[in-house]
Amino acid sequence: MPGPGESAPIRYYLFKIVFAGIVILSCTWILLPIIISILYAFSTPQDFYNPKEVIPLHFTLSNIQKLLALGAARATMNSIIVAIMTVIFSFILGLPAGYAFARFAFKGKDSLKLLIIGLRMFPMLVIAIPLVTLYIRLGLNDTLLGVALAHTTMALPFVILITSSIFVSVPVELEEAGYVFGLDRKQTFFRITLPLSLPGLTAAAIFTFIMSWNEVFMAAVLTLTNRTLPAFILTSAMAAPDIIKFAASFIMILPALIFVFIARKYLVSMWGITVK
Amino acid sequence: MVDVKLRGLVKRFGKTVALRGIDLDIRDGEFIVLLGPSGCGKTTTLRIIAGLEKPDEGRVLFGDKDVTYLPPKDRNVSMVFQSYAVWPHMKVRDNIAFPLKIRGVPQEEIEKRVKWAAQLLQIDELLDRYPHQLSGGQRQRVAVARAIVIEPDVLLMDEPLSNLDALLRVKMRSELKKLQRRIGVTTIYVTHDQVEAMTMGDRIAVMNAGKIQQVGTPEEIYLKPANTFVAGFVGSPQMNFFDATVKLNEEKLLDAGEFTIPLTDDLAKLLQDYNGKTVIVGIRPEYMYPKELAPKNLVGPEIKGVIDFVEALGSDTIIHLRVGDKHLVVKLSGSHHYRIGEELTVVFGLDKIHIFDKNTGKAII
Amino acid sequence: MSNNTRKYSLVEKYLPYILIAPALSYLLFFIGYPLTQGVLLAFTDQNGHFTLQHVYYLLYSPSSNFWPALEDTLALAAVIIPIQVMLALGFSLMLSANFKGKDMALYILIIPLTISDVAGGLIWYSMLASNGFFNKLFMTLGIINQPIQFFGWQFRPMEFIAIVLAEVWRATALVFVIIFAGLQMISKEYIEAAEVFGAGTWTKLRHIIFPMLKPSVQTALLIRTLFAFQVFGVVMVLAGRDIPVLAGEAYYEQTILYHYGVAALYALIIAAISIVIGYIYIKMFKAQYLREVSM
Repeated sequence: MPGPGESAPIRYYLFKIVFAGIVILSCTWILLPIIISILYAFSTPQDFYNPKEVIPLHFTLSNIQKLLALGAARATMNSIIVAIMTVIFSFILGLPAGYAFARFAFKGKDSLKLLIIGLRMFPMLVIAIPLVTLYIRLGLNDTLLGVALAHTTMALPFVILITSSIFVSVPVELEEAGYVFGLDRKQTFFRITLPLSLPGLTAAAIFTFIMSWNEVFMAAVLTLTNRTLPAFILTSAMAAPDIIKFAASFIMILPALIFVFIARKYLVSMWGITVK
Repeated sequence: MVDVKLRGLVKRFGKTVALRGIDLDIRDGEFIVLLGPSGCGKTTTLRIIAGLEKPDEGRVLFGDKDVTYLPPKDRNVSMVFQSYAVWPHMKVRDNIAFPLKIRGVPQEEIEKRVKWAAQLLQIDELLDRYPHQLSGGQRQRVAVARAIVIEPDVLLMDEPLSNLDALLRVKMRSELKKLQRRIGVTTIYVTHDQVEAMTMGDRIAVMNAGKIQQVGTPEEIYLKPANTFVAGFVGSPQMNFFDATVKLNEEKLLDAGEFTIPLTDDLAKLLQDYNGKTVIVGIRPEYMYPKELAPKNLVGPEIKGVIDFVEALGSDTIIHLRVGDKHLVVKLSGSHHYRIGEELTVVFGLDKIHIFDKNTGKAII
Repeated sequence: MSNNTRKYSLVEKYLPYILIAPALSYLLFFIGYPLTQGVLLAFTDQNGHFTLQHVYYLLYSPSSNFWPALEDTLALAAVIIPIQVMLALGFSLMLSANFKGKDMALYILIIPLTISDVAGGLIWYSMLASNGFFNKLFMTLGIINQPIQFFGWQFRPMEFIAIVLAEVWRATALVFVIIFAGLQMISKEYIEAAEVFGAGTWTKLRHIIFPMLKPSVQTALLIRTLFAFQVFGVVMVLAGRDIPVLAGEAYYEQTILYHYGVAALYALIIAAISIVIGYIYIKMFKAQYLREVSM
């Protein structure tokens, strides 16, 4: 009998090879531009402007140094300060709300949650323009605090939704065991719920940081001299030579790449949850 | 309709071996049950027959046709899944019609067949509903209707009743069995529930640790278990097991320490090779009686013990008896009053005992 | 004692509201106030009188870029979104198979999630600039003699392509994550059932997987469409005002021309478009089986 058993493996291996090719192609599509831009960020101008040097062979830190001297050093510092403030503000405000959504049944809960989801979708950049008028009056214009407050508005719905889903994933029985053995709600939260949620909350904080770090429109509208890094790139670095721009993109993606590596486990589930 | 032959199926998942050589002949039109604890390989076997998994070694034959490497669509099998897998985005009608549509059956014929299957399962009222509008039991019927509508060569069922409540499960058991008789399709049914297996199967294949332990009719499995695993797995409460030494030199008997069991000449002959060795003796709880309740013509060894615990189930009374270091369970039908701590003498017939090799677990008698 | 219990239960009763109130007040203030302020800016003059001058400027002034901006914003969305959905579906199906290095591939595909639009633009600038990777590569290989120009006013169609490439590269990850999460949620038995009943690969995709993925695809479409109307950084980096977009024009009117009223009007238009799209989405896509699929 000419068994299908013999032909099946051949087709199977052919499929495997084609499939592997597609996987490699997909990964290359994502990785190649990142690698190239990083290589160019560190390449000498001679290598970069030589049309024969597709992959630069000589590397230097001078592009980064020139960029930092242009004002990127301060802008980077500003970005870090704004991002940290945003994380602190949005967690102070958002964590209790997330806990309330996760652990209480109350009137109007569904509508409130829907409102938060709606606000998550709201194009927050539009608030920047009218905010300028208010900020001028309050003396917040061109301040890092002002940018952080605007970024907090953008991050807050995300923080509420994500912390809520993190708290939901802590089994309620563990909390109830806390109550039964004599803890009150506050103690239960700090001794049981919070420690169990810590890895997830850390990941959420990282994403909040990145959200602020990456935001450009509000930062560019609300600042003039105290630029954050993306705003600085948009307004100043675009006039610089190409390799300086690549240096700028390297500094921009560096924290993102580090954080992706640390928190990669949470990336898919987090976006999966918060965009639903 | 075809017979199904499994030849030396081996399947590994990474380092764990799920199947260690499965050989089984399933007759045309037969209702066979694969019975075993979770992880025994019964579902893997079913999925290999369906074509959802490929074995690492061995063959699957439908009639004379080797289907080992054929994809499911070329096998004309159908399946009822544990979760029913009734597609939520299709109406009941479309769910049942789907296998026919794929096969390119003409529209009128599809309508006729869907109606036939729906009437058979008594769901013709539900054809225009979506699955989320149905109860679990109704969804299950849809899954069965969808499975029989194509008149498959082999019908596969993977624990189809496990998600139903107890009452509905009993009802569906007899209904599924009657349905199978009526359409006469070769059916392979996977379950871990021995009652399901005993009531539904023409034959049962008891599986454990990736191997078939015994194949036989429900009676054979119950009365002549091939080894300690089958003896212990089938029957509730579990068969009593205890070690005993075979003594054939003077008085022929099994010495269990706390008590002895005299041997008839026939039994003694069978145990000739085991003289002086330890064997495992098994006796089912339902064949042990308190002396005063024993059938009049019953002659057999008597064992005296102390009542440890009594489970009064109404229809049955289960007595846990302590005999020295041994623990024996006695099952009586009906309601009886026994007090914990009381002494009790039980008797059993010699014809009801099972004797197993201590090393291999295989039945000697 | 009894007074204490009562107080406690009252606190318990209002606790969720107390916990939510700060966040909600903050959001309502920081969104409500600017929106009100935005309306004022858009429809009043310096003296606080009602005026339509900003509207007229926006719609009819030759120095306003509103119509081209709307057109290019829509054109970018119309080109980018379908490509992203197709790619994301492909990636999702690819990663639903089991293979060695699957986790690694998943991490690589979601890296762009954390990369900003500005950085994404710059990264693709390094690929497409006249001294960029592709031009040098193809010239070295002898495929082209002259660098292909992607940037500059006279190469606007090429700039458009550059933006499309950068956005497809960067923002497909978001669509992918949503669709992939949806695919993970489909019970494997639904797909196996189709296989057993005779479905080949295409039938499985067409009749089982795609219909069951519909809610996820819709969500991804909604989010991508909303983001499309906020496109800014990548366009500014790669094309400046050569390819005008709504957010870019708002920025330009605000920070270069100091037309605060016009900029506010742009902001209101972007907000209004988003709200309308969100509303249509909720009204249109209430699939009957949604409840079960999301279970």
